[in-house]
Amino acid sequence: MQFLVSVLDDKTNSATPEEMTAITAFNERIIADGNWVFAGGLAAPSAATVVDNRGGDAIFTDGPYLESKEYVAGLWIMEAADLDAARELVTEASKACNRRLEVRPFL
Amino acid sequence: MSDVQETITRVHHEEWARVVASLTKRFGDLDIAEEAAAEAFATAVERWPEVGVPPNPGAWLTTTANRKAIDRLRRENKRDDKHKEAQMAYDEPPEPLGVIDDERLRLIFTCCHPALSMETRVALTLRMVGGLTVPEIARAFLVQETAMGQRITRAKAKIKAARIPYRVPDAEDLPQRVSGVLTVLFIVFNEGYLATGPDTDPVRHELTSEAIRLTRLIRALMPNDGEVAGLLALMLLTEARRTARVSASGELVPLDQQDRGSWDAAMVAEGHRLVRERLAAGVAPGRYQILAAINAVHTSARDVRDTDWSQVVALYGQLVRVDPSPIVELNRAIAVAELDGPEVALATVDRLSEKLDGYHAYHATRADLLRRMGQSQQARAAYDKAIELAGNTAETAYLTRRRDQLAAGPSEAS
Repeated sequence: MQFLVSVLDDKTNSATPEEMTAITAFNERIIADGNWVFAGGLAAPSAATVVDNRGGDAIFTDGPYLESKEYVAGLWIMEAADLDAARELVTEASKACNRRLEVRPFL
Repeated sequence: MSDVQETITRVHHEEWARVVASLTKRFGDLDIAEEAAAEAFATAVERWPEVGVPPNPGAWLTTTANRKAIDRLRRENKRDDKHKEAQMAYDEPPEPLGVIDDERLRLIFTCCHPALSMETRVALTLRMVGGLTVPEIARAFLVQETAMGQRITRAKAKIKAARIPYRVPDAEDLPQRVSGVLTVLFIVFNEGYLATGPDTDPVRHELTSEAIRLTRLIRALMPNDGEVAGLLALMLLTEARRTARVSASGELVPLDQQDRGSWDAAMVAEGHRLVRERLAAGVAPGRYQILAAINAVHTSARDVRDTDWSQVVALYGQLVRVDPSPIVELNRAIAVAELDGPEVALATVDRLSEKLDGYHAYHATRADLLRRMGQSQQARAAYDKAIELAGNTAETAYLTRRRDQLAAGPSEAS
């Protein structure tokens, strides 16, 4: 099953060269092991737009749906058998990217 | 209580976790397992007094609970694919684990999973493994019944949705996970041993005995784990002193003033046997084994004056290396006071002030050391602080009397 792994940070695109090297090494390994589905960094929440077309007349709102000091600055989608297997991967990922991570299963 | 009711209570203790565990394995759902087990026991309470206790109560309960679970699944039309989809993640271990596998162990490790909060782990373990009811657990931790019910419901939902696996952790993960399970049991025991709140009995036998019962179960399932044996020994050697720990007037009686003749000799003997077993194993002991050894030294002395304090101090020194927490330092200092005098101990204790200023035992220890040094005024201030911070009624009563005795003490008599 798949897990969404969110990278929590208060800045965006802020990885140091050492962190980038560690992240790349980690990614290569989990690609080889078949645990990698997707990974990527996100632009800052200030670049976000909320779109609401529930009423048929689309409303666009500038900014994120939720203001917070910390936000999702990047993400992985990983394939793992269960939470224990995911936890192992995410523990290493947190070390590699030097950030707090949140792991959440897809339904 | 009639014979049948006694039997039901005993069978509930012996079989509850087994029934829940085997149903969880079969149906892959803690919620279904718990509910069906509860229904099966309710049926037993209703039927056994009339038709008698079946020859194999455990098998009868498992069969009945299975039937109840299937009924529920049929009612909810959740069979086949739908049901499979909702199943918890668990798998057969790909290789032998080197540990005894038992359904109940899977259940315990799932309830004590590190992805759950500590209070959730405690509640879930008492419900699923211990078989305590939600109102009983709510009372134990002074939480509203509805809040406790929600906590347990949310935990079951998270286990399912987050795919917390229903299995014994692999060998690499095992020591850490066992330690997590023991922490849960130790929390239950300590809440019974010295209740934290002023609104309960100072000592809550139902919690200490439940913790001992669950630790015995884990010991039976993992007989070669040193820390499991250590925790069981520690609990037994502490529980053995239970009746001597509170006076008739409801005051806590410290170790050096207890009537040692009223300690439970069988529990002391069992605790000592476990400690000797661990010593003979010749493996470097962990935290619980060292704590058990310290308690074994105390319970070996028929009179407090016979206590081998140098042994106690040496063991605390060993404990500091495994667990360098300020609370361990504080306890070591208490033993040092017996060996080298209160002045030496106070120097160590005072160094802990920053870390332990909010901890009642820190101030109670200082108060006692200062009292022994004849520093009544400083002792009184320390007693005041300890009384202010202590939540346990028996402890407050003891500290208050000690403080009030100071006032009448010779050093300040006019």
